[in-house]
Amino acid sequence: MSMKKILALPNDSTVKTLVVATALCLLCSVIVSMAAVGLRPMQEANKLLDKRKNIIQIGGLAQPGKSIDELFEGIEARVVNLDTGEYADDMDAANYDQRKAQKDPALSDALVDDPASIKRREKFATVYLVKEGDSVKRVILPIRGYGLWSTLRGFVAIEGDANTIAGLGFYEHAETPGLGGEVDNPNWKSKWPGKLVFDADGALKISVIKGSVGATTPEAEHKVDGLAGATLTSRGVSNLLQFWLGEQGFGPYLNKLRT
Amino acid sequence: MDANTKKLVTDPLFDSNPISIQILGICSALAVTTSMNTALLMCIALTVVTALSSAAISAIRAHVPSAIRIIVQMIIIASLVIITDQVLKAFAYDTSKKLSVFVGLIITNCIVMGRAEGFAMANPPKESFWDGVGNGLGYSVILMTLAAVREFFGAGSLFGLKIMPLVNDGGWYVPNGMMLLPPSAFFLIGIFIWVQRSFQPKAVEKADFTIHESGHGHGKAEAH
Repeated sequence: MSMKKILALPNDSTVKTLVVATALCLLCSVIVSMAAVGLRPMQEANKLLDKRKNIIQIGGLAQPGKSIDELFEGIEARVVNLDTGEYADDMDAANYDQRKAQKDPALSDALVDDPASIKRREKFATVYLVKEGDSVKRVILPIRGYGLWSTLRGFVAIEGDANTIAGLGFYEHAETPGLGGEVDNPNWKSKWPGKLVFDADGALKISVIKGSVGATTPEAEHKVDGLAGATLTSRGVSNLLQFWLGEQGFGPYLNKLRT
Repeated sequence: MDANTKKLVTDPLFDSNPISIQILGICSALAVTTSMNTALLMCIALTVVTALSSAAISAIRAHVPSAIRIIVQMIIIASLVIITDQVLKAFAYDTSKKLSVFVGLIITNCIVMGRAEGFAMANPPKESFWDGVGNGLGYSVILMTLAAVREFFGAGSLFGLKIMPLVNDGGWYVPNGMMLLPPSAFFLIGIFIWVQRSFQPKAVEKADFTIHESGHGHGKAEAH
């Protein structure tokens, strides 16, 4: 049947219905695929740049006048085996997708003791090293955990002594704007640098407290002000740090780093 | 622009505004109006999708079998939305991250479907295009107004620029946190609808039925 004949058919005939539906679906799928495939390289580049920007910002490495890519040249990405704390040298950080691994039964374990409410923990994590010559000046570790409404995903930057926090921030969360959402507030984030994760005996002490840290607060060097009106988000941040800096998280790795 | 085209574009801005008069597309109006930047991007995305989908649907309207016409409209709208989403992810990554699923949800936005079914199926492509532009702009007028109020009182800024320094940052303004939560958009849209109908009594809908006082005996209820 020629095109003309089909178009001349009554609109509600079965043949015309099938032809119109098929032709439209084909046309639309071709256009959509072209857009998706054609724009993918730009989208991937955006994603990578976004991630790098987060790492640089949270790691406190931003310098005016330098592009993200320039700054990132001094940063080395490595994959760490969380159980042993050793670098997994056979794994390439550029190809390891930690987010995918969190759901992959072969690459993650279900948690029994789960203070951060993340259900599964991956066996490997990508860490970012800021080096000065051969020594590690700062490490930037991925962290995540549940707040009030959402999983907060972010990074914590720790100095080369594997104890002093250099920065903390979240790049993804859906906490209440103005309350829990204040985890993005630069003033609150500025309370983190200088805090100590472990005490002199190596016990994990870092926590977010309710209210603010004053001159008389005991162990103030391990404590950070809670967010006003966001008890559950603050508790979530505290819990996820306890988890990720503890034995189930980067504890073994930080031990190795310290010695 | 001739008089007819002008009317197609300007009518939906106020007199037949899709949100405040037709009460369509409320869901995204709640979700993306906490800041003016995200609202602006959403407005552009919706206007483009409505205009192009109306034009495309109108162009093939003579050959659309009526049994599958809604599906045909949906395919065209959905394709345009996916393309818009892909373009935003490639060229406006940061803002598109904030819009998250709401660009994708333009597919279900009643304004787009409403214009396709209500206007484009019965009018030529050019008129349908301008009708789409007009309705997109009508949606934008409300969204930008909501976003301006919400961002100003909720975060003390406009388009991300600090106007009133917040107490949290050492300033004097205690932000109204409720403005950043979805219900505030409901209140604001409600106020908008009320104000508009006060100035424009023509827009007040006739009641569908009269409410009868209870306890006035039997059989007095009128049939409608």
